[in-house]
Amino acid sequence: MKYAVLGGGPAGLYFALLAKKADPAAEVHVIERNPPDATFGWGVVFSEETLGALRDADFESHEEILASFARWNAIDIYFRDTRVRSRGHVFTGISRKVLLGILQRRCRSLEIQLDFNREVRDLAELGNADLIVGADGINGLARRSQEQAFAPRLTAHPTKYVWFGADLALDAFTFIFRRNEHGLFQVHAYPFDARTSTFIVECPEETWRSAGLDGASESQSLDYCSDLFARELQGRKLLSNRSTWLTFLTLRSMSWHHDNVVLVGDAAHTAHFSIGSGTKLAMEDSIGLVGALRRHADLKTALTEYELERQPVVERFQEAAAESSAYFEHVSRYEGFSATQFAFNLLTRSRRITYTNLSQRDPGLVRSVDAMFAGSATGRHDGAGRLSPPPMFVTFRVRGKEIPNRVAGSTPGAGLAISQFFAVSADGRIGPKTPVLDGDEQRAALKSQIDGVHRNSGTRFALQLGHAGRRGATRPVSDGVDRPLRWGGWPLLSASPMPYSPRTRIPREITKAEMQVVTEAFASATRIAQECQVDALELNFAQGYLLASFISPLSNQRRDNFGGSLDNRLRFPLQVLAEVRRAWAGPLIVRLTADDWVVGGTGLDDAVEIARMLKAHGCDLVHPVFGQTVLESRPDYRKLFGVPASDRIRNEAGVPTIASGNITTSDEINTILAAGRADLCMLEG
Amino acid sequence: MKLGVGLPTSMPGTSGKLLVDWARRADETRFSSLGVVDRLAYANYEPLTALAAAAVVTKRIRLATMILIGPLRNTVLLAKQAATVDALSEGRLTLGLAVGARVQDYEVAGVDARGRGRRFGEQLELLRDIWEEGRIGPKHRGPQILVGGSSGEALARMARYADGYMHGGGPARAFAATASKVQAAWRDLGRPGKPALWGMGYFALGDEAVRLGADYLRHYYAFTGPFAEKITAGNLITPGTIVDFIRGYEDAGCDELVLFPTVAGIDQLNRLIDVVHAIR
Repeated sequence: MKYAVLGGGPAGLYFALLAKKADPAAEVHVIERNPPDATFGWGVVFSEETLGALRDADFESHEEILASFARWNAIDIYFRDTRVRSRGHVFTGISRKVLLGILQRRCRSLEIQLDFNREVRDLAELGNADLIVGADGINGLARRSQEQAFAPRLTAHPTKYVWFGADLALDAFTFIFRRNEHGLFQVHAYPFDARTSTFIVECPEETWRSAGLDGASESQSLDYCSDLFARELQGRKLLSNRSTWLTFLTLRSMSWHHDNVVLVGDAAHTAHFSIGSGTKLAMEDSIGLVGALRRHADLKTALTEYELERQPVVERFQEAAAESSAYFEHVSRYEGFSATQFAFNLLTRSRRITYTNLSQRDPGLVRSVDAMFAGSATGRHDGAGRLSPPPMFVTFRVRGKEIPNRVAGSTPGAGLAISQFFAVSADGRIGPKTPVLDGDEQRAALKSQIDGVHRNSGTRFALQLGHAGRRGATRPVSDGVDRPLRWGGWPLLSASPMPYSPRTRIPREITKAEMQVVTEAFASATRIAQECQVDALELNFAQGYLLASFISPLSNQRRDNFGGSLDNRLRFPLQVLAEVRRAWAGPLIVRLTADDWVVGGTGLDDAVEIARMLKAHGCDLVHPVFGQTVLESRPDYRKLFGVPASDRIRNEAGVPTIASGNITTSDEINTILAAGRADLCMLEG
Repeated sequence: MKLGVGLPTSMPGTSGKLLVDWARRADETRFSSLGVVDRLAYANYEPLTALAAAAVVTKRIRLATMILIGPLRNTVLLAKQAATVDALSEGRLTLGLAVGARVQDYEVAGVDARGRGRRFGEQLELLRDIWEEGRIGPKHRGPQILVGGSSGEALARMARYADGYMHGGGPARAFAATASKVQAAWRDLGRPGKPALWGMGYFALGDEAVRLGADYLRHYYAFTGPFAEKITAGNLITPGTIVDFIRGYEDAGCDELVLFPTVAGIDQLNRLIDVVHAIR
């Protein structure tokens, strides 16, 4: 075999030495455009698992790496000048330059040909290699020469960052947050030998411009950041090595091989630096590729196997990296958090660390998180040492009611049971069997339902009230959803005369007088609910029902002052909310469509704005849900799909939230609650 | 979890006699269903017609389209055909439907591929209407409907109109991830109970069969470009990988897993029976 390796970084050199070891007769040729001692960036980080893989793949280089690494087990988070330290996270760091030196020496001892200072401009220059390994980075020639086959997608992140070094031996992976007059800056720093650390500074682009860093020279940027973080640097200096401000690009490629060209490392994929796994993934790619080449004589089969093995792993890291980078893009949202909650939120940002696995790594921190959470819920801040229940079993107080735990849903023992949909009037029913709360008949049934809930548990009962609007007069959902009644039925009302589906009845545009009737029906149902001693009310402003049909521009085409601007579209729903608020002194929840899942419909930015308005009109809790505004949308049902909306509404609009959306475990609930992404969670499944 | 087997309707050497022998043999053993695939611009048997043939030579086994490309067909005619196969088999049809992955099938059918998702949603609702109304016979409440496809839209349509989900194949962990989304969609649309979850895989047993099976999968999936190699690499070619695959799907919550042959020959069915017999 004849291998041509483009790029002499960790991925290329590691591939070269493993391939040569696997087949000493192979011709392996590494071509690097820079000199052997040129290096960019400072240190790289490995986890225990990666070190294990490196030991198994090449014991000799592993031994050398072990001889020159820095090792630590803590993460420090500096926020509002408090330090929170989390232990139990084992990391190993090594200087990138030292690592490259080790790998270069190892390659030479295996008689691998290393050509430095050679720029390849065309793959044809590589002659008759059996396999060309593109280890030449994110803009590498190998990928660019086969764009169509690899189908790469590049996404730019909206922050600016710069790699510095610091002549400071940190003893933890260190995050520092510092606000000045221009905005919030954050540092990601970690040691890589006994004297030096990597020190990355990141900030939003507008902060970067406002601070004048867009026009700053390398030394000016260095001085600016040295001043900003003078306290943490403890008098030490930041070091520059062609340190310029960059925009991070995430690269995803549909395919990693074509004919006899295969990509490894950054040439195939990148993952945001905040989870620190670029070099690790690159070297693991090389291990996977050489393994596949050893197992299969047929090149095509081997390259397919390599992709099948590595792509799912890399995709998982890219998902975690996307969560992590999104966290740092929006971190100013959490500036009001206590240091403990801020730290827990940061540690769990990528979803790889959860409440449960943090309890194993760092039980002390989790105990203080529990105490913080219980303390802020009960108002008793009597010390972090106090033993407290996990967040999901902490009571929640709202408008004088105490909900015994943070779980909402139909699971027995849940703190809050949210009822099925009760219509405020007969024409607001979803189907013939939808209960209507407009008189004595339902009163008795509701009363006995509530008494049953109260008798058997401390569960609080929230009554869901709504008007089905254009989604009314349908058959039971066991027969399918939104299927109109075959006979019978009743006239439908909606913001605009647009049918929900091609087969459902065209609704009539509701008049101002009819809006008044509906408002009164909500108020009168509220009074009945009060008599029946419900604990909370949930108004349905979601799922394409009558009130939701006003909010979304997809279903509201009115030309009067109930259509057009967001203020206008909210006018009627807010009128109902205010009227219910007048009649009801208890907890008031609004179920709100936070994202229509349709381009041109309500999105998360709107939802935050709407939540602010709901709060101003007396809403105590927002329960974000998604889609169903119109028949056809593009849903996203992944795990925890509703949590980002809950997080934004809670922490940007300042309203407590009930998160829902494929939340199925208590670990997920404890993590969401302790991180401040919701106040209650719907447990499903 | 129930275990089904695919009918050989799409590989070289497929014949009417083999199809009927295969169906009979599967019906005599413990397999719970016979699956068929669908495409138009290809040398395969039409799925509902193949299942009609299977229906008359079998007594108990379920007959499943996995999947049938709905929008290629006139809905009223499809409703009648499906009801006919269901009646012929005394209620043993499971109708798996999806929009399919090939624009080429739409082109040869003269059906516009644009808007196929929206039309598919309408088709699902209309199928149920026709069967429930019973005007277009045979008089029948209609077969179980399952929907396939991996997009969020497909999952929402599944939850809105169907009885469950048909997965398109892949490792058990991919099935598990999709199943979680399917169940979330089902709850999101307020459907009672749980959706039925069906999975599928390919197998080839024997040295010669492994080679022929790979050729078939490469040819069948050539339209997917680089994915054809990955699908081929996923072919289950040893008893051990078949057993692992079955257990993985069982753990992932699959209700019915159907293993499709990649080589047309009754020995493939017999070899599979031997493998399955050892664990069930």
